Amino acid sequence: MSTEVAEVEEQAVALKVKEPAEPLLSKRRRRIVSDPLNEDNPITVQVLGICSALAVTVQFKPTMIMSIAVIFVIVFSNLITSLMRNIIPNRIRIIVQLAIIATLVTLVSEVLKAYSYDMYKILGAYVGLIITNCIVMGRLEAFAMANKPYDSILDGFGSGFGYAWIILVVAFFRELFGGGTVFVGTPLEFDVYGSIGGLLGTPLQTNGIMVDSIGAFMLLGIIIWIQRTKNGYVEH
Amino acid sequence: MRQSNLYVILFAIGLTVVFGGALSLTSVGLKPLQDKQVELDTKKKILGAVMDISTIEDPNEILNIYNERVQSTVVDINGNVVDKDEKGNAVVAEKVNIQKNYKLDKEERLYPVFTFLNESGNVEAYIFPTFGAGLWDWISGYVAFGNDLNTVMGIAFDHKGETPGLGARITEATIQQRYVGKEIFNKQGELVSITMVKGEGHTGLSQHQVDGMSGATITGKGVNVMLASYLECYSAFIQKTKSQQTASL
Repeated sequence: MSTEVAEVEEQAVALKVKEPAEPLLSKRRRRIVSDPLNEDNPITVQVLGICSALAVTVQFKPTMIMSIAVIFVIVFSNLITSLMRNIIPNRIRIIVQLAIIATLVTLVSEVLKAYSYDMYKILGAYVGLIITNCIVMGRLEAFAMANKPYDSILDGFGSGFGYAWIILVVAFFRELFGGGTVFVGTPLEFDVYGSIGGLLGTPLQTNGIMVDSIGAFMLLGIIIWIQRTKNGYVEH
Repeated sequence: MRQSNLYVILFAIGLTVVFGGALSLTSVGLKPLQDKQVELDTKKKILGAVMDISTIEDPNEILNIYNERVQSTVVDINGNVVDKDEKGNAVVAEKVNIQKNYKLDKEERLYPVFTFLNESGNVEAYIFPTFGAGLWDWISGYVAFGNDLNTVMGIAFDHKGETPGLGARITEATIQQRYVGKEIFNKQGELVSITMVKGEGHTGLSQHQVDGMSGATITGKGVNVMLASYLECYSAFIQKTKSQQTASL
C-alpha cells in the first residue's frame, strides 16, 4: 500500500512541477548526465573519440589535462550552440558548430601555452585535435541544437566525464605497465616497479607495448569487453 | 527569413567578427606570459646540459641561476662575434631561433654560445645549441663541453615526434649520461665528433663512440649528423677560444 501511495505522490509531484519548472536535477536530467558515463558511453559504446584516447594516454597527468580541456570545450560549446540554436541558419549549422569548437579549443591551447608550457609541449598537437573529436561535434548536432541551455550543459558534463573516466583508466594502466610508475608529475607520484624491484633485488622490466598505441587499443578492448558483459549490451 | 542567402551571409560575417575578435584579444593578452614561458623553457634546456635542474620547482630560481652563472654571445661560422643583425638590431643569444637558422646556409646562420661560469667566475663549460632531423620530426640538443672544449660535460636532447620508448629515449637521463666524458677531438687534434653506434649493449667503445638505442637506429643517426655538422660549424670558434686560452696562460 505504501508503494501505491508513493507512486501517486510521485505522479502528483511530476504533474505539479511540470507546469512551473522542472527541478534542477530531475530524473530526466540526471539521466542526461549519467547515461554517457556507462550505458551510452561515447568511447566504449558509441566508439567515438578513439584517436585522442590512443594518443594522449601514455601518462596520467597529460591525460588529466586533456580530459579537463575536453570537458571545458564540450560544456561550453554545448552551451553556446544551445543559446544560439534558434538563430543558426540551418544550411551552415555544421560550419557554425565547427567555428564554436575551434574558437574554444584555440582558447584552451593559448591558455595552456601561457600557464603550463611543459604540458603545452606534450599536448599541443592533440589539444588542437579536440576540434575533430567526434564526441564534441556529435553532442552539438545531436543534442545542443535541439535542447535548452541548461540541459545542454548537463549533457556536456555527462559526455565529457564519460570520455574522461575511460581515458584516465587507460592512462593509469598504460603508465603502470609501460613506465612502471603511477601519477608521475603529481604529488601522488610513485615508482611502483622501482619499489617492487628494490624488494625483490632485481629490476623489473617494463612492457614496451603499453607505451605504443597498441597498448591503448588492447586496454580499450578489455574495458569494452568488461562493460558490455556487465551491461548485457549486444550489437544490433 | 532564417534560410535566406542574405541572412546566412550576415550571420557568417557576424560570427567571424565576434569569434575572431575574442581570439585576437586572448592572443594579445596572453603574449607576454607565453613569451616568458618560452624564454624559461630555453634557459631550462641550456642549464639542463650542465646541471640537474629537475628538482628546482620555482621558475624564478632557475632564472636567477641562469642570470648569475650564464653568459652568452653569438658567433658566425668563422667564430667572429656578431653584435648586430643586418637591420642594426642587437642580437640576443637567447632569442636566436635555432630552428629558423637551421634552414639557412651554414655560412649565414647565427651560432649562439653560452658559457657557464663557476662560483668564482671562471668558465666552467661552453654550451652549444644543435639542431637536426630525427626519424619523424626535428630533434635538438644543447651540448656542454668542459673548459678544454673537448670533453662533454653534459648533453640535453629534445625532440618533437620521435617514437615513445624508442627514439624518444634521447630525452632520458640514462641515454644522455652515455655522452658524458666522451671527446670530440682525436689524439691528432682532428674533429671526429661523437657517434652513436647501432644496437645496444656494446662494451669497449672508444672515446668517440656511445652505445646506441635498440630499435631507434635512425634517430641515432639523426643525432650523429646533428652533432657532427654543428660541431663542424662551431670548430672555428672552438679553435679561436683555444688559442686565446693558450695565449693567456
